[in-house]
Amino acid sequence: MIEFGFGISPSSRINLDDFDKEKWNKLVQIEPEILQCISCGSCCASCSGGVFQNVSLRSAILNIRNGKTDSAMELLKGCMLCGKCTMVCPRNINTRNLILSIYKTYSEK
Amino acid sequence: MIYEGKKRIWSDYQKEIPDDHYFYVRSCIRQSFFPASEATFLDITRNKLNKDIFETEHHTTCGGIAYHSDTIPQETVMTIIARQFALMKKYGYENYVSSCITSFGLYCETLETWREFPELEAKIADNLKKTCNLEFAKPKFLVHASDLIYKYRDLIASQAKYKLINKYSGKPLRVIEHIGCHYSKMFPSKGVGGAEYPYVLVGMIEAWGGEIVDYPERRHCCGFGFRQYLIQSNRSYSLTNTYKKFESMKPFKPDMIITNCPGCPYFLDRWQYVIAETQGKTYGENGKGVPVFTYEEVAGLVMGYNPWDLGLQTHQVEVEPLLDKMGIPYDPKEKYLGKNGKDLGKPEIVECFNNR
Amino acid sequence: MKKNVLIIGGGPSGLEAATILKKFNYNVILVERSSILGGHLAKWDRLFPYMEPAKETLDVLLSNIDGITIFKDTEVNSINLLDKSYNVILSNGITILADALLITTGFDLFQAEKKEEYGYGIYEKVITSAELEEYFKTLNNNKIDNPKKIGFVHCVGSRDEKAANRACSKVCCATAVKQACEIKEKYPDADVYCFYMDLRMFGRGYEDLYLKAQKDYAIRFIRGRVSEVSEDINKSLVIKAEDTLSSKPIRVTLDLLVLMSGMRPSSGGEKIKKMLNLMTEDDGFFSTKDSIYSLQHSKLAGLFYAGAATGPKTLPDSLHEARSAAIQIHNYLNN
Repeated sequence: MIEFGFGISPSSRINLDDFDKEKWNKLVQIEPEILQCISCGSCCASCSGGVFQNVSLRSAILNIRNGKTDSAMELLKGCMLCGKCTMVCPRNINTRNLILSIYKTYSEK
Repeated sequence: MIYEGKKRIWSDYQKEIPDDHYFYVRSCIRQSFFPASEATFLDITRNKLNKDIFETEHHTTCGGIAYHSDTIPQETVMTIIARQFALMKKYGYENYVSSCITSFGLYCETLETWREFPELEAKIADNLKKTCNLEFAKPKFLVHASDLIYKYRDLIASQAKYKLINKYSGKPLRVIEHIGCHYSKMFPSKGVGGAEYPYVLVGMIEAWGGEIVDYPERRHCCGFGFRQYLIQSNRSYSLTNTYKKFESMKPFKPDMIITNCPGCPYFLDRWQYVIAETQGKTYGENGKGVPVFTYEEVAGLVMGYNPWDLGLQTHQVEVEPLLDKMGIPYDPKEKYLGKNGKDLGKPEIVECFNNR
Repeated sequence: MKKNVLIIGGGPSGLEAATILKKFNYNVILVERSSILGGHLAKWDRLFPYMEPAKETLDVLLSNIDGITIFKDTEVNSINLLDKSYNVILSNGITILADALLITTGFDLFQAEKKEEYGYGIYEKVITSAELEEYFKTLNNNKIDNPKKIGFVHCVGSRDEKAANRACSKVCCATAVKQACEIKEKYPDADVYCFYMDLRMFGRGYEDLYLKAQKDYAIRFIRGRVSEVSEDINKSLVIKAEDTLSSKPIRVTLDLLVLMSGMRPSSGGEKIKKMLNLMTEDDGFFSTKDSIYSLQHSKLAGLFYAGAATGPKTLPDSLHEARSAAIQIHNYLNN
């Protein structure tokens, strides 16, 4: 193959047509509260780990809904399950439980 | 697609295109990219349709490439443009027709800027006087050369020898139309049909018997975009835009692409080779590419010009399958002969795959 | 002798004000240019946030119209301001000397085809919120053919200077959320997306409706405006937008796209405006005498407004204004 010094760039676009509905439905079944998230960011703002590491439940939920589950898992890696986000969530989501459920659902390959 | 809905929008975006008497300015790059397109435009309008299209060797670049790649300031480019307009006036014309979309967009942008900032216009007029000693003027009508071919589309159809019809199936050819971004995306009212559903090329395709393909990435840029291809490290960006368009049009099985910009046909044509080399993908029939044309080339084909006189041998993607579909005769032996009959030499790489 | 009050516009505000003014013992004349009373309400199926049938609300309004002189299919041809009254000539040839005028000309829906990039009138599966509402009433629309993926675009012709309307149309957010739930009820297997800029769920019960849409109907809310719509080879719609919360472009293929057309000043109101040289604000709706205390008054003595003629309003808001206008007219005619 000829080396041109350039090539097709990967797309950063979210394609909802590729969304894995099966796994999502599984998650929603055990953790229906995930549907209630309004991306307000309270969880991240109060996160004790997020100051030092790239932890974000808000983004993780969004990433899952956008079909980017690997990066969602990355964003939860640093969570220490302290539960501060559970205390502040205005939609009353049991965030700690949700984080564990996300891990459980999406670490099964 | 609801055709009536498009017709309603088209009727909202009709611009006045005078029938005759134009001052013609060429593109910097088209003469090397598509060497016969401008000559064909002049031959059709002057000799076949008996229009008065004047050109002078004294006109220069509009400065667009330099402007869009951030190498010259706006006032400089405006002074260059003022000089072009002054030449138009000097030779007794008030209608200005531009071969290039970049130039056309820049002329529109400049005229709008002058309208908005009269003090800047006065300054440019002063620059012009000091540098060139020419009298400042603005065109009464500014059109792109594709506007004129659009205007003459029925005249051309009445002289047509061939139609955009597949002679094997009897069905209209499936034509992709691609508009240069600077034709109407900056100023929708300056383009025939507006920016979302431009009509300028659609009108030609309809008049000449073809069928328009409306595919999801129709509005998307070809990827030309100056900075995207001028610098090699940015070229992936350019290539990927073209790739995105071809992937999107693929299910529609287009027979050909018709464009009205200097850059679009070049990149839509040449990048097909790079996509084939790097991705192993082609988008035409039988592992070949989709032929890409300028509107002048298509007008020339329809009117029965010899394909090799239209410069079609300089395309990367072979045009022969389309010529066969249209029933246009050609001599393969003449393909690489120059106008003087001498052998130009066959390119090392023809079509999409390197078949050395 | 009874004093004459002429009401221009037979929508909810006009009907409600007429009913009260009649009770106040005025001779009420109501002019409606179409053949149907009830305005947009008559075309609606259910009302947010509690899903009350629109027909029931309209029936209440229509149950009290005995004794009101109603001219349907009638336009106002001219209005002349006399010393203490208005001389109004109607298209049916009747002339009325009105002691007070109430303008309840309401709104027109933004013409969705003006947002060319959304392809309304060009791509088959793009409809407006009004058309979807009509579908809920009639269950008849050949564009809605067992859709599996459905999108709603908020703010079509609202909060958009490119559509010549900077203002929020107030009701579209709640309507979109309501309609998203309803279409999900009809097609439980469908994926439903709402493309919004902000969700303006300000009223009582609206936030609960939003929560219900998320929780019970699994509606996906995407914060970002749709940039363009096109059609693929299967005639499905390809939607491009930005997911502003993840700062990435987003793409989805849909079987149905609903455009939430906003509110624009009604063409009927525009006509009246010209006849009397009435003032309007930047948003095109009529100017009120002030912005807090005299919302039903115009600058002209004896000329009053109610409802969406002075800007986008919910149905309860409009009804309040109608009642308020009736009282203001009563005060005016007794001073």
